Amino acid sequence: MASVTGDDILLSATGLTKTFGDFRAVDGIDFAVRKGEAFGFLGPNGAGKSSTMRMVGCVSPVSGGELRLFGLDPATDGPAIRARLGVVPQRDTLDEELTVEENLWIYGRYFGLSRREVRSRAAELLDFAQLTDRAGDRVEPLSGGMKRRLTIARSLINSPEILLLDEPTTGLDPQARHVLWDRLFRLKRSGVTLVLTTHYMDEAEQLCDRLVVMDHGKIVAEGSPRQLIEEYSTREVLELRFDAEDHKDFAEQVTGIGKRVEVLPDRLLVYTDDGDEAAAVVHSRGIAPLSSLVRRATLEDVFLHLTGRTLVD
Amino acid sequence: MSATTVPTLSGDRAHHGVRQPLSTSERWGAVFEYLLVVYKRTWRGSIIGRFLSPLFFLLSMGVGLGSLVDDRAGGVDGVPYLQFVVPAIVATQAMWVAMGESTYQVLGYIKWNMGYHAMLATPLGVRDILIGHLLSIVGHLTVATAIFMGVAALFGGFSSWWALLSLPVAVLTGMAFTVPLFAFTARQEGDNGFNILFRWVMTPLMLFSGTFFPITQLPVWMQPVAWATPLWHGVESSRMVATGDVRWGWLALHLLVLVAFVVVGWLLAVRSFSRRLVT
Ligand SMILES: Nc1ncnc2c1ncn2[C@@H]1O[C@H](COP(=O)(O)OP(=O)(O)OP(=O)(O)O)[C@@H](O)[C@H]1O
Ligand SMILES: [Mg+2]
Repeated sequence: MASVTGDDILLSATGLTKTFGDFRAVDGIDFAVRKGEAFGFLGPNGAGKSSTMRMVGCVSPVSGGELRLFGLDPATDGPAIRARLGVVPQRDTLDEELTVEENLWIYGRYFGLSRREVRSRAAELLDFAQLTDRAGDRVEPLSGGMKRRLTIARSLINSPEILLLDEPTTGLDPQARHVLWDRLFRLKRSGVTLVLTTHYMDEAEQLCDRLVVMDHGKIVAEGSPRQLIEEYSTREVLELRFDAEDHKDFAEQVTGIGKRVEVLPDRLLVYTDDGDEAAAVVHSRGIAPLSSLVRRATLEDVFLHLTGRTLVD
Repeated sequence: MSATTVPTLSGDRAHHGVRQPLSTSERWGAVFEYLLVVYKRTWRGSIIGRFLSPLFFLLSMGVGLGSLVDDRAGGVDGVPYLQFVVPAIVATQAMWVAMGESTYQVLGYIKWNMGYHAMLATPLGVRDILIGHLLSIVGHLTVATAIFMGVAALFGGFSSWWALLSLPVAVLTGMAFTVPLFAFTARQEGDNGFNILFRWVMTPLMLFSGTFFPITQLPVWMQPVAWATPLWHGVESSRMVATGDVRWGWLALHLLVLVAFVVVGWLLAVRSFSRRLVT
């Protein structure tokens, strides 16, 4: 596994493990995150992403291995580390009975900011999260996207050096996701280190400089989105759908086309560097799919190749 | 507006790098402050409920039943029934306030709105959360008791200014319930346990802890049950200080039992909170 070294490492883990009883939710993973980087954990449900994030957030004790943030050990310096982190948990922990701005004020006080500081800071963050006109409203009736933006605004109240985001956009509609991505880009550009989990490929490709693919508590691959696609996939993918119960029957007909063929229940994926050419070969063999589509390879293909499973059903 | 830039911070604790740690009082105060903001939203509902039920007891038991007892028996041990029962209702009300504050809301912060989890992601720790929340309940107990005592005084429920000491006694009684209840609540998944507690613990306690009649009127085998619960000790202490009939040895013993409930409750609460919240 490519190792990252240097003084500018804010976060590092070696053999990091989390057990619940006999069950190993995180099974000895190694990773390191550099200052200013956007680092992602990509994996399906139950891969151990949240368990990892909670250990990194110093709210869940490490069961094994070593974890360091800012050179400090969460077991002994939890509060000092948390003072420098921003956390967006998988499930919002807002007080929905209180107003938008009250949620920010209260949270700032947990970090020991003065009342005056908290107020001016909240105003700036509401602006950043595009919630200024909802400042005095109760949280409960807000849309999912607004609540998520509020959680992100709240996590920034202490000007964190590392922002941890556990599935920041899950459950949001496409427009709300794009608004959030835009805010996260800005944060990244301003020098905040982002550590995020996702099971969306597009999100990982959009936001992450570097990521690890997790499955069953283990890291199965690591690199930039481009590197991973180059290493574990081809440049393009030809998707073929047939009028059939079982696409296995058609797999043989396309053997030899492209570098590799992946069989899914509802389609065949032909991995090739030139999709159009592959489509032409299919046609010339007299095979007549219902539809054929050429697309760029994505991390989804990487995941499929590494684990034999799709990431999101 | 300037939504395109990421705001930067001013202030000691908002600069990148090592931040100045929070003092103990800042940590407890932050939790307390949150609960104060919550209370600002809900006080109307809670104050009415809190105020009406002891008032009903005061009217029915103290005034209604009291005139009967005073006519037939000349009060209880020479004390008019109203003045016998009011200091006890003060302690009993504290138990109910404790119950109200230590169950649903606490489980909510653990499980439903996850308010405690939000705090734990910051420099605050489990003990800060517990102490901040417990302090806010000291506040609730003080306010509720003071209001009730004021009203009861108007009805002639107290015979001397010594009765003011019933206030701290009632707060201590309330905490002798609250702290162990926190430990209990942190082990609950839903509200089943609370229903059992209300029906099978609190209500019998109110009836058989010497609130409305001395426990010496109970069958002998039931009296030790009263000794084992905080309410009887609270009722006895409150009554002693309010009526001025203080037997110091007994008073010290009663208060000591109440303190013991708080201390043991604290140890249990820290344990069950840690187990529940830090996983
Ligand atoms: N407190 C806990 N007690 C027991 N098992 C747990 C606990 N928390 C998580 N697990 C288990 O650990 C495994 C990993 O869970 P985790 O929440 O880390 O996965 P995840 O990658 O975040 O999944 P998702 O995409 O669904 O959020 C799961 O099988 C889960 O059931
Ligand atoms: Mg998760």
